[in-house]
Amino acid sequence: MAQCGIREFDAKLMLARNLPKYSSEQFSVNGKLVLVTPETDLKKLGKEKGQEWLNDSKLVVKPDQLFGKRGKHGLILLNADLKGAVKFIEDRMNKQCTVGKTTGTLTHFLIEPFVPHDKEYYVTISTERNNDVIFFSTQGGVDVEENWASVVKIEVPVGAEIEKIDVEGKLKIPAGEKKKVASFIRALYKFFVEFGFTFFEINPATIVGDLVVPLDVVARVDDAAAFECEEKWGALEFPPAFGLALSKEEQFIQSLDEKSGASLKLTLLNPNGRVWTLVAGGGASVIYADTIVDLGFGGELANYGEYSGDPNTEETYQYAKTVLDLMTRKKHVKGKVLLIGGGIANFTDVANTFKGIIQALREFKDKLKENNVRIFVRRGGPNYEVGLKLMKALGAELGVPIQVFGPETHMTKIISLSLKKES
Amino acid sequence: MVEKRKDYVLFDENSQALVYGFQVNAVQRMLDFDFICKRAKPSVAAIIAPGQGVSHKFFYGTKEIMVPIYSDTVRAVSAHPHADVFINFASFRSAYSTSVEALNIKSIRTIVIIAEGVPERRARELIALAGKLGKHVIGPATVGGIAAGAFRIGNTAGTIENIVSSKLYRPGSVGFVSKSGGLSNELYNMLALATDGAREGIAVGGDAFPGSTLLDHILRFQENPEIKMIVALGEVGGEDEYEIVEALKQKKISKPLVMWVTGTCAKVFPTEVQFGHAGAKGEGGRKSADAKNSALKQAGAIVPNSFNDFNEKIRETFEKLRKEGKVKDLEEPGVPKIPKDYLKAVAEGLVRRPTNFVCTVSDDRGEEVAYNKVPLSKFFKDKKSLGSVIGHLWFKKDLPPFAVEFIEMALMVVADHGPAVSGAHNTIVASRAGKDLVSSLCSGLLTVGPRFGGAIDDAARCFKQACDSGAAPQAFIDSMKAKGLNIPGIGHRVKSATNPDLRVQILKDYAKKNFPKTKYLDYALEVEKQTLKKKNTLILNVDGCVAVTFLDLVSSLDIFTEEELNELVDIGYLNGLFVLGRSIGLIGHYFDQKRLKAGLYRHPTDDILYL
Repeated sequence: MAQCGIREFDAKLMLARNLPKYSSEQFSVNGKLVLVTPETDLKKLGKEKGQEWLNDSKLVVKPDQLFGKRGKHGLILLNADLKGAVKFIEDRMNKQCTVGKTTGTLTHFLIEPFVPHDKEYYVTISTERNNDVIFFSTQGGVDVEENWASVVKIEVPVGAEIEKIDVEGKLKIPAGEKKKVASFIRALYKFFVEFGFTFFEINPATIVGDLVVPLDVVARVDDAAAFECEEKWGALEFPPAFGLALSKEEQFIQSLDEKSGASLKLTLLNPNGRVWTLVAGGGASVIYADTIVDLGFGGELANYGEYSGDPNTEETYQYAKTVLDLMTRKKHVKGKVLLIGGGIANFTDVANTFKGIIQALREFKDKLKENNVRIFVRRGGPNYEVGLKLMKALGAELGVPIQVFGPETHMTKIISLSLKKES
Repeated sequence: MVEKRKDYVLFDENSQALVYGFQVNAVQRMLDFDFICKRAKPSVAAIIAPGQGVSHKFFYGTKEIMVPIYSDTVRAVSAHPHADVFINFASFRSAYSTSVEALNIKSIRTIVIIAEGVPERRARELIALAGKLGKHVIGPATVGGIAAGAFRIGNTAGTIENIVSSKLYRPGSVGFVSKSGGLSNELYNMLALATDGAREGIAVGGDAFPGSTLLDHILRFQENPEIKMIVALGEVGGEDEYEIVEALKQKKISKPLVMWVTGTCAKVFPTEVQFGHAGAKGEGGRKSADAKNSALKQAGAIVPNSFNDFNEKIRETFEKLRKEGKVKDLEEPGVPKIPKDYLKAVAEGLVRRPTNFVCTVSDDRGEEVAYNKVPLSKFFKDKKSLGSVIGHLWFKKDLPPFAVEFIEMALMVVADHGPAVSGAHNTIVASRAGKDLVSSLCSGLLTVGPRFGGAIDDAARCFKQACDSGAAPQAFIDSMKAKGLNIPGIGHRVKSATNPDLRVQILKDYAKKNFPKTKYLDYALEVEKQTLKKKNTLILNVDGCVAVTFLDLVSSLDIFTEEELNELVDIGYLNGLFVLGRSIGLIGHYFDQKRLKAGLYRHPTDDILYL
């Protein structure tokens, strides 16, 4: 549950369908939009009903995957015909691409009509604790930050009626335009509130007569508002962050997580890392990862993950097995460290949750030895004494060094214990 | 009348809460905490939960107390105007509306919203409303908080053992606030090890817009003279920690503040990572944990180098206060033990007690019910019929097909005997008096006894005894006559040797054809031969026939000992067959009368001789 980025395609489509209503039909928005995905048959573009405009308009094409600065990376095609657009997409579809320091695969492209324009408005609505904040400028575009002096800020207290907010007075534009621009801002604001947005940026936008043309849109919604907005949203997709291609193992844990009432998370950071974690609890798992990084072993940290919400034995077994499998694939001269960590559980029976992990450790006995794995355990909470005893006995049984600590030992102490000595 | 508390005290040892939602475990945990803190009155005044009755029993130590339940907040408040804390366990869908209602009630001062997934806009509307009304909101998406030795919100701080080991049953000197509730146990434990323990701990919740912020509580702690130092745990994402930086710069916080912001690992992730909390987005720049930690440090907070020495910084700070005489040594109170819950103790094998009941016929504890250890689904898989179920539940045996079929035949034969017999008549009269199915059925069944239906049992007993004793049929008849008794199972009102009862014929034929032996039937037929000599209607009637064929059936199964067989007859198995079979007919008569909309029956006076 959080603020989630949505595709520019969806944001524009929602705007096109709803801005007229929120502006008492004063404004309309161009709804000519096509989203091209890996499943789209490019040969059929322009042949389907409602897509005729693709054939006789000049077009804009750009990737639609929640990342910006597309122009600077040569990822926007302007003023093209359909043939050019198709070629542009064909050349890039399913190809790797690096934006900033993130590398990902291009899979989604937005095609819309090319609209020549001279005026570039900038309008953004975002949320703060006590206010919604509207920024507006007539000097929008990629360089808006350099023209920040031109940007006006309008604060709307939470729950206030936008009709009662003095928008006109704040706008630094010719008097003749104020009424129209204020109407547009008010309509956009109502749409923003009603649709559960947490961020909506149009930069630039142009207004031709009563037609609003949002040239570039970035939008986020609050996915916790889904139960209120589901019908308005329609089939709204929450795409993963660009570059977040999941490995087979991460996908497996994700599928376990989706099927379970418990929480099981795994992110592979560095498969060649020596430090692996099996940590209970969302908060504790972050602190373990933090401390590994803060103590200077960030480069060695192999994974981030957590299990919580009382997973059953089978789930912890599958989870632990996946991590153990990943960690024992490639040997490291210095051996490896496995941190079975966690804070003091509230109600979860510690001995029970250890059962699945112990089962997996038994299964990986030989591989753990081959990889020279040292294991450190720290946990507290209901029945932890029994859980820790089981782990201790397992060390003797497997012949794998397992050191065991309870709540009397500081939570992250096992990190310094396991790593500090070496350095 | 609301008791006056200092503005900086949200909960004390007299605070009482209204708990919204039927959260039996959470309420019990609050009361357990009350008990070990030796509170004068329970911290839960009432529960608000529609459709859950008017009260619920809870333990207070070993004793039980009643906590009232109300169907809506307004009623609960009017009955408990002293309760100024509203603990809202409503789901994310209804958390907003229920919280708005509570905020608008004058006597409620603090509301705690447990639900995770409250829309941000709704949370912000609640913040605005609470601000306008001067009220406190903790949450959403929180476990709540705890005032050591005084008041516990719901499930805060885990099991009672955790609470005892973290010494939360008595107030220490540290005010603690964090975003996360999951980690608060760890921190309470840490505080108990490094200081004299927490005085108050609050988890503000992991949402982007918590109802109260870390700073709100830090400023309360600053005001509270009992709190000597403040410990806070922030997290990556959002700007809340900068409020604290500002407050430090403006010298609004003079007590030592030991603080750490988690999420420093976000920088090693390839993409922006969303940690478990909605507000914990692994953003860079200002919102990063590193930036926040260094800003806090610069502003004067005591910030460790990593979480690893958080406890040491806390310990150092506390020791310094002690040396300065700012904290006094505490006198440790004794802690009453919370008795273990019986079911938990059973699960752990710590207690035992003799059972009051024994059951050997069925078991509903597994995935599916089992009749005599046979899972119900197996009956269907093996295409077994009702007679087989009776075999398992009554005889605890897997009866062979001929026996199953015979039992079903017997049930069919006794299912009904028209509306005039006493059972059906009573059922009809009761039904027409407007009674329900079970009452009408019972009215009919209650006539089953020595004169109606009971003849089968008597016949079985009589014929068994006679046959087993080896008495000749005529000698048996004579002995009955000598006692002045009719032979049960012999004689019919209308049927006769020349007008035979077809039901008897069916059972007789089946037994002859399918039973390995028919000793009792043969004996009864010999008796009938003799009685028919006296009178044409002294036939083996249906009751007698069911009785002797049943005896032949069970004795030919070779699965019962002689004692078991006698027991079957003695404890009324045959009566069971009659009652079960006849219930089918009685239910039929009940439905019949209801369908006919038959009115109340009143017996005609001319049919009664008044004396």
